[in-house]
Amino acid sequence: MIRGDFQRSMDAQTLRRPSGLWSYTHLDAPLLLLLLVLCGYGLFVLYSASGQDMAYVTRQALRVGAGFFALLFLAQVPPRVLMRLGPWIYLAGVALLVGVLLFGVGAKGAQRWIALPGFRFQPSELMKLALPIMIAGYLARHPLPPSLRSIFVCLVLIGIPFALIMKQPDLGTSLLIGASGVFVLLFSGIYWRWIFLALGVGAASLPGLWMIMKDYQKQRVLTFLDPESDPLGAGWNIIQSKTAIGSGGLSGKGYLEGTQSQLNFLPESHTDFIIAVIGEELGMTGVLVLLALYMLIIGRGLIIAVQAQDSFSRLLAGSITLTFFVYVFVNIGMVTGLLPVVGVPLPMVSYGGTSIVTLMVGFGMLMSIQTHRQMVRR
Amino acid sequence: MRQMESRRFNDYSKENSFFASRAVIAFVFVFVLMAVLISRIYFLQVVEHERFTAISERNRIQLQPVAPRRGLIYDRNGQLLADNRPNFSLTLLKEELGDLDQTLAKLGEIVELSEEEIKRFKRRLNQRRRPFETVPLKFRLTQEEIAKISIEFHRLSGVQVEADLVRAYPQGPALAHALGYVGRINERELQQVDANQYAATHYIGKLGVERYYESLLHGEVGWRKVETDVRGRVLQTLEQQDPVPGVDIQVSLDVNLQKFTAELIDGKRAAVVAIEPSSGEILALVSNPSYDPNEFVTGISVADYNALREDRDLPLYNRAIRGLYPPGSTLKPFTALAAIDSGSVPLDHKVWDPGFYQLSVGGRKYRDWKRTGHGRVDLNHALAESCDVWFYDIATKTDIDIFSDYLGRFGFGSVTSLDLPEAGAAILPSDEWKRGREKQPWYPGDSLNLSIGQGFMIATPLQLATATAVLANRGKWIRPQMLKRVIAENGLDGVQQELLAQLEAKPTPPDVKLKREANWGEVIQGMVNVVHASYGTAKKSGVDAEYLMAGKTGTAQVVAIAQDEEYDSEALSVRNRDHALFVAFAPADDPKIAVAVVVENGEGGARAAAPVAREVIDAWLLNDYDNALRDD
Repeated sequence: MIRGDFQRSMDAQTLRRPSGLWSYTHLDAPLLLLLLVLCGYGLFVLYSASGQDMAYVTRQALRVGAGFFALLFLAQVPPRVLMRLGPWIYLAGVALLVGVLLFGVGAKGAQRWIALPGFRFQPSELMKLALPIMIAGYLARHPLPPSLRSIFVCLVLIGIPFALIMKQPDLGTSLLIGASGVFVLLFSGIYWRWIFLALGVGAASLPGLWMIMKDYQKQRVLTFLDPESDPLGAGWNIIQSKTAIGSGGLSGKGYLEGTQSQLNFLPESHTDFIIAVIGEELGMTGVLVLLALYMLIIGRGLIIAVQAQDSFSRLLAGSITLTFFVYVFVNIGMVTGLLPVVGVPLPMVSYGGTSIVTLMVGFGMLMSIQTHRQMVRR
Repeated sequence: MRQMESRRFNDYSKENSFFASRAVIAFVFVFVLMAVLISRIYFLQVVEHERFTAISERNRIQLQPVAPRRGLIYDRNGQLLADNRPNFSLTLLKEELGDLDQTLAKLGEIVELSEEEIKRFKRRLNQRRRPFETVPLKFRLTQEEIAKISIEFHRLSGVQVEADLVRAYPQGPALAHALGYVGRINERELQQVDANQYAATHYIGKLGVERYYESLLHGEVGWRKVETDVRGRVLQTLEQQDPVPGVDIQVSLDVNLQKFTAELIDGKRAAVVAIEPSSGEILALVSNPSYDPNEFVTGISVADYNALREDRDLPLYNRAIRGLYPPGSTLKPFTALAAIDSGSVPLDHKVWDPGFYQLSVGGRKYRDWKRTGHGRVDLNHALAESCDVWFYDIATKTDIDIFSDYLGRFGFGSVTSLDLPEAGAAILPSDEWKRGREKQPWYPGDSLNLSIGQGFMIATPLQLATATAVLANRGKWIRPQMLKRVIAENGLDGVQQELLAQLEAKPTPPDVKLKREANWGEVIQGMVNVVHASYGTAKKSGVDAEYLMAGKTGTAQVVAIAQDEEYDSEALSVRNRDHALFVAFAPADDPKIAVAVVVENGEGGARAAAPVAREVIDAWLLNDYDNALRDD
């Protein structure tokens, strides 16, 4: 261990450390700049998507502000502290998920929130970060690549929150959280033959998954496979969002000029389906700008992961970055009709508070990993 | 050692290379999937652009939600208690409105618009809504107002008169506390329900039966596929999926008995609950004063609401299910049962009553309500004459845990009703409760107070009626409930079935089993003598009764009377006078109705409460709706 750290310290010598303000605040300038641009773009689009309602923009701006505070705070927490707290955060998350099932409040047949006086809290949001921290911490304490036993322990650790969230029921979120844990495993250097074996088993168990799905979840899959089958009901969203994006063309119909968005043909235009507003009003140009921003953020995240000095940091950074990408992919895939409709917001752009704060906390961790690297030790 | 260090070193470089390769693979993975997204976007926006532009141009087709009709509420005999009536509202369409203030000023000349209506309208205008969704300005237009507006239509662009169905409560205040009411749905409530289902619904159950059975009553939203012009105005309906109306329900109330009861306690601050002991069905549930639930449906004005809220008589307070009263002597049948059935005192326990009781010689005097005392008293006379000293004496011989146990089994201190979500649990004191709350142990004096229903003991009229019904049933428990029947002609959907399954699954408290079954008869006989014996405290209410009634009077102190003072009703302000209570069931040998009556500051239970119970029972058993109290 001592030699390893020393080796990395030698590597660190060659890195130029940012100084002054950036070193003092533990922020990563490129990532911060990209996030600010993305959030600004999001608010700009939200104004149009909310039916030009400034109240929505203001509320969302406040959440973004709160998110940046969370980011700033998390950036100050050194990765080793996170690693040490990991199991406790994870346990708290599991306890809260059990609490949701027992005393949770919810809507539409699902229990997802714990109501506290003043606000409601969705424990699955906590789990989105608690799980990768837990898994990364566990794997970092054992030799890498992980042994079969370690992998088994990790799968159990992933399985518990996965099952609890699926029980709420919230299949979309449970799959995404499961993915964030699996990404840590993939980054840890697990053998390819095991990965392919798992993929095979996964494919074989799909019929089983179908059996335990709730009716409304099955409906979503069916609608995805054939949206025209239910044009008045669930297929409506997809037909309208595809029409919105398709009619936007290369340059779009113009800001605030989208007929689909402004005349309310497009449902959920300010939340999950907000990219359809971008596609319609700002065209493919607007979508590509957004995708470029996402790519740059993901690229920066992976660079932070590669430059990280210890196993925990790089596994965590890798998982956070890849999970972020999966959110982007699932949301856009869903709105463009590539994937079934699962309630996943477009990261940093969709209206809604908890998701933004969770993402910002994740980016705060990335910045902490980047800025807490060891300086040369004598 | 050196060997090991070097192996570790190798492990780290191996780990590094592993990670780097995985990171590269991850980036390739991201890149490929991004390419998939971009090609999809390209396909939609470039390849299929023409087609989607055409669809979008033709996309004048919108989905509009259609509100379901809310289920009706009937009484047990099929009389309508909650109806939906057409209501004409003055609404404005923002998209077509010229200058808002100018239009409002013009409208103000035609119909009366209060400051508040305008304020509320502006608030609604700022809420999120569908485009071309109108915003209501004034509800319940009269025919005259409609006519006046119609004449001026041509110079008022964006102004409409719209009809929709609004809840109406034909019985008004008499049923307000029993049924609750609906009101305009607010944003917080919208988050609690399926927003799609409520897309066209403007009202939601706020209280009582209307709230509890919301999922039954609401129904399923319908959709209308309409063709609109380029600005979004509806041209024609293309396709329609009709809404599924809400399920009608029948409640157990008898509207005649309910209204008659309300009339009996009119002008008093009082509550009456009547239950059918065999089923637990609530026949009447009246809390007075009351309010007109119709005012709440379309939104009560702030001034009217404040007037109700600040009224000293608390008309919004549901005394029948939430009112907290010391039960006074109406608790005596239950404490007597606890003492004799637990064997704490023998069945033939007798006490000499000189008019007071002392725990120790020279100690505090616990007074009997009768200054001169009752002389030698047994269980029967203790109940019939409501002799306090007999109860003080058994209290010293019965452990507090026994009292708490027996009283708890009759439902005191807990909510036992099936579908009255607002019902209160009140307080069943016990040693443990007192240590927790007062940080003091249970003193013998506390037991003395408890034995006559004073001190820490608090109960609601619903609890008193329930306990009386269980006593009438000789221990068989029934859950007090409002629902009699669900009238579902087209079957029930998942949510509705779930609600009914939840009701089914609610456990009924275990029946009260006595050690000696005959003790029921002993206590009930004492209660019969309260009404029918020459020495009974409520003998006036038993005169000429065509059936045998078992009852118990109660008079609950509102303020403590000092040791050397005497209760003087003249000297006390009205609101400090004793509460009058009465519980009863009849016929005593085959109970058909159990009643609890509380009249605040009514003083004597025999004088103010028992006659009300007699009238209620006469009405129910003999169909005698003649109000004999009015002649007094």
